[in-house]
Amino acid sequence: MDSVLSWITFLPIVTAVLLLAVPKEREGLIRGATVLSMALTFIFSLVMLANFRPIAEMQMIEQAAWIPSLGISYLLGVDGISVFLILLTTLLTPLVVLSSRHAITERVKEFHILMLVLQTGMLGAFVALDLFLFYVFWEVMLLPMYLLIGVWGGHRRIYAAVKFVLYTIVGSLLMLVAILCIYFDHHAQTGQYTFSLLEIYRTSFAPARQMWYFAAFALAFAIKVPIFPLHTWLPDAHVEAPTAGSVILAGVLLKLGTYGFLRFALPLFPAAALAFQPLFLTLATVGIIYGALVAMVQTDIKKLVAYSSVSHLGYCVLGLFSFNLQGYAGSLYQMLNHGLSTGALFLLVGVIYERRHTRDIAEFGGLAQVIPWFTVVFVYVTLSSVGLPGLNGFVGEFLVLMGAFGENRLAAVISAGGVVLGAVYMLWLAKRFLFGELSNDKNKTLKDLTAREAWVLAPILVLIAYMGIQPKPMLSMMEPSLKLNLEAVSRPGRAGHSGGHGALIGADRERWALAVMGTEYRRDTASAQGGVQ
Amino acid sequence: MNSGSMASGAALVFPDLSGGALNPLLPFLILSVGALVLLLLDSLFAKRNNLPWAMISSVLPLLALATYATRWPGQSGTTVFGPMYIEDPFASFVGILVCIATLFGMLLSETYLKKMGRYRGDYFALLAFSASGMVLFASTTEFLTLFLGLELLSIPVYILTGFLRRDQKSLEAAMKYFLLGAFSSALFLFGGAFIYGATGTTDLAVALRSAPQSPMLQIGFVLLLSGFLFKAATVPFHMWTPDVYEGAPTAVTAFMATSIKAASFGALGRLLYNAAPVTQILPIPDMLWWIAVLTMTVGNFAALTQSNIKRMLAYSSIAHAGYMTVGLVSFASSGDTEALAGVLYYLLAYTLMNIGAFGVVILWSEKGTERLEIGEYAGLGWKTPALGLAMTIFMISLAGIPPAAGFFGKYYIFRNAVEHGYVSLVVLGVLNSALSVYYYLRVLVALYMRPATREFTMDRSVVVGSVVAFCGLALLWIGIAPDTVLPGVPALVGWVRESVLTLR
Repeated sequence: MDSVLSWITFLPIVTAVLLLAVPKEREGLIRGATVLSMALTFIFSLVMLANFRPIAEMQMIEQAAWIPSLGISYLLGVDGISVFLILLTTLLTPLVVLSSRHAITERVKEFHILMLVLQTGMLGAFVALDLFLFYVFWEVMLLPMYLLIGVWGGHRRIYAAVKFVLYTIVGSLLMLVAILCIYFDHHAQTGQYTFSLLEIYRTSFAPARQMWYFAAFALAFAIKVPIFPLHTWLPDAHVEAPTAGSVILAGVLLKLGTYGFLRFALPLFPAAALAFQPLFLTLATVGIIYGALVAMVQTDIKKLVAYSSVSHLGYCVLGLFSFNLQGYAGSLYQMLNHGLSTGALFLLVGVIYERRHTRDIAEFGGLAQVIPWFTVVFVYVTLSSVGLPGLNGFVGEFLVLMGAFGENRLAAVISAGGVVLGAVYMLWLAKRFLFGELSNDKNKTLKDLTAREAWVLAPILVLIAYMGIQPKPMLSMMEPSLKLNLEAVSRPGRAGHSGGHGALIGADRERWALAVMGTEYRRDTASAQGGVQ
Repeated sequence: MNSGSMASGAALVFPDLSGGALNPLLPFLILSVGALVLLLLDSLFAKRNNLPWAMISSVLPLLALATYATRWPGQSGTTVFGPMYIEDPFASFVGILVCIATLFGMLLSETYLKKMGRYRGDYFALLAFSASGMVLFASTTEFLTLFLGLELLSIPVYILTGFLRRDQKSLEAAMKYFLLGAFSSALFLFGGAFIYGATGTTDLAVALRSAPQSPMLQIGFVLLLSGFLFKAATVPFHMWTPDVYEGAPTAVTAFMATSIKAASFGALGRLLYNAAPVTQILPIPDMLWWIAVLTMTVGNFAALTQSNIKRMLAYSSIAHAGYMTVGLVSFASSGDTEALAGVLYYLLAYTLMNIGAFGVVILWSEKGTERLEIGEYAGLGWKTPALGLAMTIFMISLAGIPPAAGFFGKYYIFRNAVEHGYVSLVVLGVLNSALSVYYYLRVLVALYMRPATREFTMDRSVVVGSVVAFCGLALLWIGIAPDTVLPGVPALVGWVRESVLTLR
């Protein structure tokens, strides 16, 4: 299939538009159509995976003119970096919709339409290789998430929703300015007006300017990740969002921040990235420890998980700014892990919340006696999140720490302490939440996981084990692209060696960019130009 | 009195009016003569006030649009009566915007005036008169014609503002607008007099080129510019806007918020084009830089705290004037007409999103009482889902969030500004834009996130509903595919670019 990426991206929004015409009373049809569409999207993404070759360059390129007079094109592609993030998105979204069967009983139609639009936004941002197109998808995600939090959220939902939007938009608008600047900068150097990332990769920007460009991009992505101290919107958004919103937010949206670093900020502005390295290593380390410490003292389960996200994503950032293969691979792996385990945690919290309408840890205790299956699953996910060897979390954290150790021992050592803290707050949560005495009478009649809930969780649980026991297949698909991506910040010939950092410039960078572009893109571009003439 | 322009224009021979020599004037003639006919009809049928005025009067802008359409693809342009009336693609584009705003203004008015109990024919004649003035205003470089256009567009709007004559706010607004408008006309005339005094010609295109060094001409130019900026409602000439927009009948607000912006930014573009020799001497781009920044900032900060939707949209329109001024800054400093193309695109998006938003406001108001507090819209997004969706599109478009056209418009203007090195201005612009998201989203908060507070019954109006639907769909279309050719519809980006190419 030539246009599988377009199918993946646009099937959801097309469904959403069709659903507009369905009367809102027909909830069954709406739910069914949504799940069906998302299942199809997932199947398309499996087709993509089947066609995926473990090579470094961009694949499955789709290219078309969009606004040609301004150099804006419709350019999609996938490589080892985005392939699993796309799969994560197409997997989590239908699960989330299935899990919302009982949680969302009002405004069903609007909820499903927004979920579909949101899915298109997220997938589009992962596959877009044109900066303008990327920006559009990036912003398209904003409104559905805003409404998900604001309409179906908790008591302080409006505050949380507005805060989420304002934080995000300030960062992204400054990124837009930077996109415009590099567009003209690229034109000044090459005489070509284009937003194609693959073309712009060829250009080395003057180091002084890179600082500004990087700062603008990094701000947008750091808010999204979120990197300490820009994280304050996250706990609010998570706590107020409905379960579906929380899962998507933690599972996918935050990944867009780290993905943005990996795809855009680091390779486009390597000199600046290297210059900013100490800052980001520091912030990542602080975030890891700070997030863990704050998580420890939370009384609301959701807030605890939210702060644990701050801590976990700190590892992702730490891995990225270690600028070595272990760090990169660990970071990307950790993104997927976090999406799965935190997604599952939010789903589990949602299960309990539906039954008890509270998330206060003090209200619980001793649940293991009443709902054993729930307990088993919860502990299993907890262990994954903590990084128990044999489950996925371990692989990611280990690789990140290994990468960081090669780069900055202090940061690595402190961050390793964060792993211990992670175990403390998660296990303590499990203890207070599930074990001990069953003191609260209201909990005595709790229902265990239903078949639907179990089925929703099952794929995630399987993946958690698979990714922990057998990381090799996925890592080997990511590795070529990561290795190539890393070369942008490594001196030629010394890639992978610690201490070999340096921005690739001149002819070396040109060679590197051509390698990323891949044969498919170059052939397409050549034939397109031939067609015009 | 005409000796000056005679001398410079050399061959001002009264043109041969046979054989279609007046064709370039057709849109203006249709609107102005049509307005006279409307007045006549009104007095003939004064007793029976149930004529379908909106339908009758909307023929005029439609006819004018049709004459514009026959001109597409436009030639490089032609003039009638020497420099007095220019017909070029730029004038056509502005004229089309004015006609769209007028058409929609008329269509919105019927429902609105009936709700308010002031349904009369002369109202529509005034709309048409004002529109004809706007067409004139953007189609000339000759000072007297320009002034004629200015007054022709302003005076009917003064009357329209006070059209709800039993409403104190409406009357107060009309008075304010009239007094301040008269003041700005005086500035404008004064400026024209200075320029004539310095150069002996009323053709600005000639005058501004002939003696750019003359201090008298420079003073005149700045005074003239102030008059324009007053109509465009930029800081510091914006004070009248909130009161007038709030007090005027909502349909009139929709009309003037959009069409006057189009006409005055169109005319400003033409003036700045011809003033290039002066702008190279005077720090006009710097001045516009400050005006742009102040206009955006004042508009957005003031809009933050508004609870009345018309007032909020008034302040937001000030902010939007600021964004468009950003386009003028890069145009004035570089002379690159591409920068003006961005402004034209923005004007179209701006027209559609404001008309649409006011259309929804009209539909949500009740007989005799308008519902204008944003808080009163609580829950309406669920009760009237289609209108809620439309309002959502208008708000995200105003806020500049893709994929609505407001985003691409802002993008286009900011792109041109970055190209000409105004990065700091653009940074201030996007920060303002982020600020504006807050108050536009407040409308969505009310619509979707707050429980309904009142019983609500809506009078359906197919006409207003269609206008709203058209605006919403058009915004999405030109936002997502600004450069895609439909059969019969030119690619918008190509069109605005072509419009500015032969500007004179």
